[in-house]
Amino acid sequence: MSQSSEQKFSVVIKKDCPTCEMIEPVLTELLAHYPGNVSVYVQDDPSFPKSVENKIDDTSLEFSYKNNIEIVPTLICSTQSKETNRTFGWDKAEWQKLTKLSSLGKDLDDFKPGCGSKTQEPGMEEQLAARFDKELLLSRNIQLADLEDEIESCYERGWSDGLPVVPPTTVRVIRMLKGTNRSPSEIIGNIPPDNVPCSIEKVAINAVLAGCKPDYFPVVLASVEAALKDRFCMHGLLCTTYFSGPVMIVNGPVIQQIGLNNGINALGQGTRANATIGRALQLLIRNVGGGKPGGIDRAVMGNPGKYTFCFAEDESDEDWSTLAQDQGFDRKDSVISLFAGEGLQPIVDQKSREPDSLVRSMAASLKSVVNTKLYGGADAILVVCPEHRRVFRNAGWKKEDLRIALYDNLMASGSDIIVGAKGIAEGMPKKFENKIISKFRDDGLHITSTGSKAGMFSAIISGWVASGEKGSQLVSQRI
Amino acid sequence: MSNTIMLDPTAELAPAERQTLPRLDTLKDATIGLLDISKPRGKEFLDEIEKHLLTLGAKVKRYRKPTFARVAPKELNQQISVECDAVIEGLAD
Repeated sequence: MSQSSEQKFSVVIKKDCPTCEMIEPVLTELLAHYPGNVSVYVQDDPSFPKSVENKIDDTSLEFSYKNNIEIVPTLICSTQSKETNRTFGWDKAEWQKLTKLSSLGKDLDDFKPGCGSKTQEPGMEEQLAARFDKELLLSRNIQLADLEDEIESCYERGWSDGLPVVPPTTVRVIRMLKGTNRSPSEIIGNIPPDNVPCSIEKVAINAVLAGCKPDYFPVVLASVEAALKDRFCMHGLLCTTYFSGPVMIVNGPVIQQIGLNNGINALGQGTRANATIGRALQLLIRNVGGGKPGGIDRAVMGNPGKYTFCFAEDESDEDWSTLAQDQGFDRKDSVISLFAGEGLQPIVDQKSREPDSLVRSMAASLKSVVNTKLYGGADAILVVCPEHRRVFRNAGWKKEDLRIALYDNLMASGSDIIVGAKGIAEGMPKKFENKIISKFRDDGLHITSTGSKAGMFSAIISGWVASGEKGSQLVSQRI
Repeated sequence: MSNTIMLDPTAELAPAERQTLPRLDTLKDATIGLLDISKPRGKEFLDEIEKHLLTLGAKVKRYRKPTFARVAPKELNQQISVECDAVIEGLAD
């Protein structure tokens, strides 16, 4: 036997391709020269081409998928089951060279491009991966009964936070994993409260449940990594009887890339990225970590932000440092910050046109965090609206000026806030009676900016009473 | 069966079955650890428990978590398991 006769050829074609139709005589010629060594796979119509015997039906696309066919026709040469060469479309000289048949297709044009393989149709790759790549995902498969409603079955299995979830089909999970280059089997960390090792695959499944797009997945992964930092104390935050949950603030180019809302209603409903990224972390903690309300989650009331609480900063003012910059990152970095907080306390000030007045106004409101008589316990985020920011900027203030002025205005005399003062039993311990106390611990007040251009309404996101080293501190993670 | 296959989003853990440790037959001469989780008034509560334990003939050792918001440090757990026959954790709220 000559060496060439040991060579095998596989040709992948489809009827719905003029080039594949054109090369029909080439295929018969090839089969005649290499009997038993040529396999013709047809993606769409197994009766095509009529003149070729023993075509192989590849309407399942298994062969095409497993051999990464992108264009039809594709000619694959192999020796001892190992691919040695391939060409696609019709390139007469190349086909002649690979088949060692110098007159192959001599009557045809020299060159005619092929068509897209059926494996390349939109959404097809994930379908095929789900069908043929059994090693890719390791999670338990759950097959539904014929009449079982997908969404109801997710509820019944306890996977939902109360709102409908997107059923995590294999195809959807594979699509989600396209959002990262990380291996599905990589362990991202241990998820509290059960401290269960969690794979990228499990994060992807929960991101599907939450309604994320694959584009959001890197942000979700960064949020998980941030939540697992020791400084954030996710375990304690989950267990607390207090209101708090994770609040996410996103900075950097990723805001525009995935369409996070940092404008009108930035902290409200209506934007898929904001809504689903925050929700994905909560669902992961529920489903992988085992943290459920009434179980480990002992919140007296909780807060609506525990469904999801994610927004982006308005970074339109180049001279106003972003939250990420305050944490040591560059403006060009995409960063997610997590804060243990809850709720939203408005600061209405439509009259202040000078920074000094506005600072006093904001500081007075900030003193209400947790309780007007409790100091140094909870951190807070001051969310400055663009119109309030303009008041500072018009006077030449930068964020640091605001921070310093706030600090000066956030002091209180101990005698006003100790237990029993002003006829209120709650308050600071009596030992502070003759001291001047700051409302927030050092590094306990963060400043960010978001919202629409119209309206002099800033806000306070109040933090967990166990803020600081004894509990949770703001953490930031590069995306 | 339908063709819909979903992937399990949970940790897929079987519920852990933990054997309870042997119960103490008597408190007499047993060393009982009292763990204060650092919540307000936890000390007063545990002081009362300590009095009762002492009248029952037990020895008492007191421990304290650095902060209630975080899980107890491993070293503290190990110290208690070495030094005590049983432990009572004082949860506030």
